[in-house]
Amino acid sequence: MNAIKKIENASNKFAKKWAAFVIKRKWPVLILTLILAMGLGSQGAMEFDGDYHVFFSKSNPELEAFDALQEKYTKDDNVILVLSPSNGNIFTKDNLAAIEELTAESWNTPYSSRVDALTNFQHTSAVEDDLYVDDLSYESSSKTEAEIADIKTKALKEPLLVNRILNEKGSVTAVNITVRLPGVDSAKEIPEVTAFVRNMLTEFKVKHPNFEIHSSGLVPLNTAFFESSMSDLALTMFMLIIVLITTFILTRNVYSTIATLVVVMFSIMSAVGFVGLMGIKLTPPSAVFPTMILTLAVADSIHILVTMLQKMRKENMTKIEALTESMRLNFMPVFITSLTTVIGFLTMNFGDVPPFWDLGNITAFGMTMAFLFSTTALPALMAILPVKTKAKKETTKVSKNWYGSLGNYVVKQPVRLTVISFLIIGGMTYLATRNTFNDEFINYFDESVQFRTDTDYISKNLTGIYNVEYSIGSGESGGINNPEYLRKLNDFENWLNKQPEVIHVNAFSEVARRVNRSMHGDDEQYYRVPDNREEAAQYLLLYELSLPFGLDLNNQINVDKSETRVTVTLENIDSPQMIAFAERGEKWLRENTPTEMHALAVSPMLMFSKLGFRQADSMFKGNIIALILISLVLMLALRSFKLGLLSIIPNVTPVLIGFGIWALYKAQINTGMVIVFGMTLGIIVDDTVHFMSKFLRARRELGYTAQQAVVYAFETVGKALVTTTIVLVAGFAVLSTSSFALNSYMARITVIIILSALIIDFILLPSLLILTSRKESKVVSEKKLEQIILDK
Amino acid sequence: MKKIILITAVLLSSMGINAQSPEARGLEIAKAAEQADLGFKSSSVDLKMTLKNKNGQTSERDLTTKTLELTADGDKSLIVFNSPRDVKGTSTLTFTHKVGPDDQWLFLPSIKRVKRISSNNKSGPFVGSEFAYEDLSSQEVEKYSYKFLEEKEDILIVEQDPVDPKSGYTRRVVNYNKGKGYRIEKVEFYDRKNSLLKTLTYSDYELYKNKFWRAGTFNMVNHQSNKETLLKFSNYNFDANLTDEDFTQNALKRSK
Repeated sequence: MNAIKKIENASNKFAKKWAAFVIKRKWPVLILTLILAMGLGSQGAMEFDGDYHVFFSKSNPELEAFDALQEKYTKDDNVILVLSPSNGNIFTKDNLAAIEELTAESWNTPYSSRVDALTNFQHTSAVEDDLYVDDLSYESSSKTEAEIADIKTKALKEPLLVNRILNEKGSVTAVNITVRLPGVDSAKEIPEVTAFVRNMLTEFKVKHPNFEIHSSGLVPLNTAFFESSMSDLALTMFMLIIVLITTFILTRNVYSTIATLVVVMFSIMSAVGFVGLMGIKLTPPSAVFPTMILTLAVADSIHILVTMLQKMRKENMTKIEALTESMRLNFMPVFITSLTTVIGFLTMNFGDVPPFWDLGNITAFGMTMAFLFSTTALPALMAILPVKTKAKKETTKVSKNWYGSLGNYVVKQPVRLTVISFLIIGGMTYLATRNTFNDEFINYFDESVQFRTDTDYISKNLTGIYNVEYSIGSGESGGINNPEYLRKLNDFENWLNKQPEVIHVNAFSEVARRVNRSMHGDDEQYYRVPDNREEAAQYLLLYELSLPFGLDLNNQINVDKSETRVTVTLENIDSPQMIAFAERGEKWLRENTPTEMHALAVSPMLMFSKLGFRQADSMFKGNIIALILISLVLMLALRSFKLGLLSIIPNVTPVLIGFGIWALYKAQINTGMVIVFGMTLGIIVDDTVHFMSKFLRARRELGYTAQQAVVYAFETVGKALVTTTIVLVAGFAVLSTSSFALNSYMARITVIIILSALIIDFILLPSLLILTSRKESKVVSEKKLEQIILDK
Repeated sequence: MKKIILITAVLLSSMGINAQSPEARGLEIAKAAEQADLGFKSSSVDLKMTLKNKNGQTSERDLTTKTLELTADGDKSLIVFNSPRDVKGTSTLTFTHKVGPDDQWLFLPSIKRVKRISSNNKSGPFVGSEFAYEDLSSQEVEKYSYKFLEEKEDILIVEQDPVDPKSGYTRRVVNYNKGKGYRIEKVEFYDRKNSLLKTLTYSDYELYKNKFWRAGTFNMVNHQSNKETLLKFSNYNFDANLTDEDFTQNALKRSK
């Protein structure tokens, strides 16, 4: 007796018993699963976290460095409001008054700690021995033409304003609101700020229709994350409709469609319960879990239902017989494909980006539940529902013929197809290496998102959105007033200003120069850092005593006056350029300043820039483990070491092709795409399993030659593979419409990979199966195998 | 000053205590506090200021403050920095005014010059601390409008709204201790958007000359930035007999 058959018998027996039990106790089973799904669902909670910090693990060194900088100075999340008056000139009485009004109102923003605008800019001037530090334009509505002209001259000369708060032409200006979010509940705090700002802008626009307003900053970024989570969650509805239509087309049966709906709804309810029980807050990457579960779970149901209906239609079995038979045939494949999918999703935990841990864990849980419901609630429901079919035969035969002839085509030229396939794969692999990482977070959002278009407007017309910061130490308390320190800082400021990517530099050396000038009767010759430490310290003391509420230097100088913060505003550059720039700055400091002044560049943009690399590094191990585990599962399932090893080729190459095609399409990959290897591996392995198991069955049970076995595999599972591929492609195609690139790019490349996998399983895999079979001795010692199995 | 109090007293008695509005009661309490502290003439005190950030990193400044009591206008004060070293000898002279902005000068020993500071801005932090200059300057009754909130045993709670439009606060909530010469126990500061910004707690009170309560410790906690500043006072001297001569620009130059 065939050993494989023996094992199959064992699992058949189990599956049969399971099916019999479920069908016999259909009502209790259905009610129990209903209670389980409802019970889990009742624990569900859909909370969102839009704070960009969620993308970084606690141990992320870039996050740690950035948080340390923020704690040393001030935590600056901001909203930047950019005003463009229709007359193209900021400097009119009405426009200045409007800006002053908006600035005053901006102070009422929840959690605001600072508001920087043109009008409240602290202008320093000297008259004899008096130092005046005052708003650049106060009570603008009462200013004369001459005074306004004077304000314009001062403003356009002010290095702290130009390219930061004001453009060079004086036609666009910004109001920058700094908020200090307590960070206790970002789901409450961020919308609070956003709602206030949106309302304020609506009122402002009514009163001052001549202004065009665009807004950006870290708070709007967080809001955009929030809103894209919610809109991606809404994709679930589209997917549900697609699932219903697909199921109906494939089964041509209303009751099957209802049963599938029940299974996927139960799975999603359970997953939602898991989210609530684990206290997971949803983020854009993890908010797509319902669509993922829908896409993957529906395949289980379809396999079971299609077989059952086929048995009823073609073999005229009774409903119960057909159901039992279908359960027997599909229990193991459904179990194995669920297992590999779960393994694939769990590997996301190896990564360094927490939202993907959540996505992996929620989906893995959902898939486990989907397996459970597909093998309990589904057969129970089908046993209850009055399913009736009419016998049909023709359609399947046509497709069988088509798949058969594809098989015949392949078996005729395995060598040629293998060579061509490997050439293509080689080419694609080479192309795949040409992709570069890019995690420009602005570009995470497509142009349908207002945050993106507003931000683009601002970077085009006023200032950069990306920045890099350095905290430059002096090595001693009060050391920032050391002339040596100030000179070096000034050199660094000058060097930064010369870099082509740099739009604006905000450094303490500028304050030192400005105050020094004012202390010398506004003499331009003294627009340099002071020469003497006591002088510098005392000027700073004087200057600090002159600043109003909220406009102090605490955001630039630490408490001990031993370090200052340098903020560099940059053009929109991609991640590799950003990393290169940051390192160039670090290198300049190492080469030109004493050790205590060396500093690491930090910023949210830099954190995102390095995120892709960090994720790829950490996922590498996870991917290898996934590959080994999944190959082991395959070896066990197929009872063949050799075929398990061979399966690595069709399982790995689709990813290479996917990234190769991507290099031709975008050539830039983001953090979201790093996870696709593990994820798609768990999914595409199903094709390989089905194909190889049918091939083996033909060889072992039916005694077919390799060629015949390939044709047999094509005829038996060809349609099933195409069907599941269609469902999967539909699901990921829905996700690819997301406006959020971490999701849409991931979904797009997954579509490519899944399609490539199908082609590879139809062309390369059968060719390889034929080629490898030729060399091996034809007859396997059945007795030996049987012995091994029995020994276990 | 005394005249005003007299008039108020007359007014109050004519109105009857029961009909007193919260505004009038608040003003009355502020005046009672001022009255209780009247007559100290002049004082000097040493002060250690400790700045602390969220992570517990600290930074210290040592100062000496001299105050001259005036009744016709606001008090005069002189603050001398003793440390950090690079600002040693730097001193500020302030003439507070009951109405309108204060006058303020700074002496910079490094250039041996006195500079006048435009004092429109007194809401900013004092030498990087959590105290605004307006929290430390002489608390003249005229600088606020008042509203009595509630009475808890000996503690009278009064809301004070700054008159100056450039103030960093919408209101302050002050706890006066009626049983202890109307000394202030606690002040809560609300920022421009009317959310709680800081709390100042006074402790280690001592009674000088049997009349004047002076706190040995001020602790200001910023609830929004989680930074705090501690002021420790020592060597209170009410017998310095300082005069107007000690509060001039020339005196400023000599002050260290």
